Amino acid sequence: MRHSDQASPELAAVEVHGHTRASFMVRGALAAGAVMGAGAVGPLLTRAFAATASSDIDILNFALTLEYLETDFYTNKAKTVGLTGAAKQLAAMIAGQEAQHVAALTSAIKAAGGTPVKLPTFVFPVTNQKSFLKLAYVLENTGVGAYNGAGPSLKNPAYLAAAGSIVQIEARHAASIALLTGQKVTPDGGFDIPLTKAKVLAAAGPLIKS
Amino acid sequence: MTESTTTTDGRPVEGVVQELARDDVGRKKFLKMAGKTMGAGAAATSLAAFIAACGGSSSSSSSASATSSAAVVTGTPASDSSGDLAIVNYALTLEYLESQFYAKVVRSGLFHGATLSLLKSFGEEENEHVMALKGVAKSLGTPAAVPVGKFPLTSAAAVTKLAGAVENLGASAYLGQAPKIKSKEILAAALAIHTIEARHAATFNTLLKLSPTPDGAFAKPMSMAQVLAVVKPFIA
Repeated sequence: MRHSDQASPELAAVEVHGHTRASFMVRGALAAGAVMGAGAVGPLLTRAFAATASSDIDILNFALTLEYLETDFYTNKAKTVGLTGAAKQLAAMIAGQEAQHVAALTSAIKAAGGTPVKLPTFVFPVTNQKSFLKLAYVLENTGVGAYNGAGPSLKNPAYLAAAGSIVQIEARHAASIALLTGQKVTPDGGFDIPLTKAKVLAAAGPLIKS
Repeated sequence: MTESTTTTDGRPVEGVVQELARDDVGRKKFLKMAGKTMGAGAAATSLAAFIAACGGSSSSSSSASATSSAAVVTGTPASDSSGDLAIVNYALTLEYLESQFYAKVVRSGLFHGATLSLLKSFGEEENEHVMALKGVAKSLGTPAAVPVGKFPLTSAAAVTKLAGAVENLGASAYLGQAPKIKSKEILAAALAIHTIEARHAATFNTLLKLSPTPDGAFAKPMSMAQVLAVVKPFIA
């Protein structure tokens, strides 16, 4: 595949720093300094963000890769698996929306003067409707965590607005699949836990063949 | 924090307090993340810029990109945090109303079984939002007063419809404010809540046989004024 050298290195280069449980704890410790005044914590926090800063274009390309993955999954894998009934209908609706996310992110990256990452080749270890929906649930929840993790790193508020508009849809997809399969609508409870780049790659990386 | 787990008539919401006490990990984790006021953030945006970023128009994306975080860092912290306090208190008010709504619905006797369990867990999650946002508001200044909500609970069908409207409104409200939040910590918190509202909204839409994504592929934000106009009839 001619894109073999592009997808994974692109992902590897992207730093989408999120707020994992561990980082919450670190920040909790930092918060103790907050009572001493802004000066006590400000530099630490600034450094924490700056240390993992990445460009908006990098983040948008990271998101584009995930949207490519979802689009391929719901469009092509859904066909080879042979979904039926409500699952087929839902997958078709989601496929169309993920494709729109791909288009929006591609044009946003171009408008920002960046180069959209090329379409990778994906491999999905699903063989039937049940395993398809199981992975769909994981993918949508991963998408929610990825956008929520990357959101605070975006410098351009217009991109944050766009990312917010997209992540709300990912969350709605996740809930729809949860209801269809009897899984938890809110797997993290009251707050959707943001994911780091590493966590996202752990979930999505194995699905990127080249 | 007991006031946030009381209903409009001051009685404790049975079950919710116990559930919060049992499952306070998420709330504590969130408070650690959100209970701070520091952090440079993104500047306010406009719907026009958002549309441009989505590829609908390119007229304003370049001007929007000029407002980098560097510009915010040089701004006055006081104005940053007062803007964030207003947003947090706005969100807190909405969460109070949602929390009160679920508490009444759960006690109404209109729901049973799996649906009742779902409503209880959603109500519990709104309560977690209340407690977290109140903590953030306290760290910034004075938290909003507890509103007195009034909700018509006539039938299970009507309540489900109202719940769907409330949650879709909540999701739009958070989406409208996210780009205006200055503190990255508070932004991260708002995003973590935003998608919960979206999950709730999609659930009710599904129960109502409506599309889980009524706006299509891109959720639409609502301004504070738009949201408050819709909410007003539900505040006594």
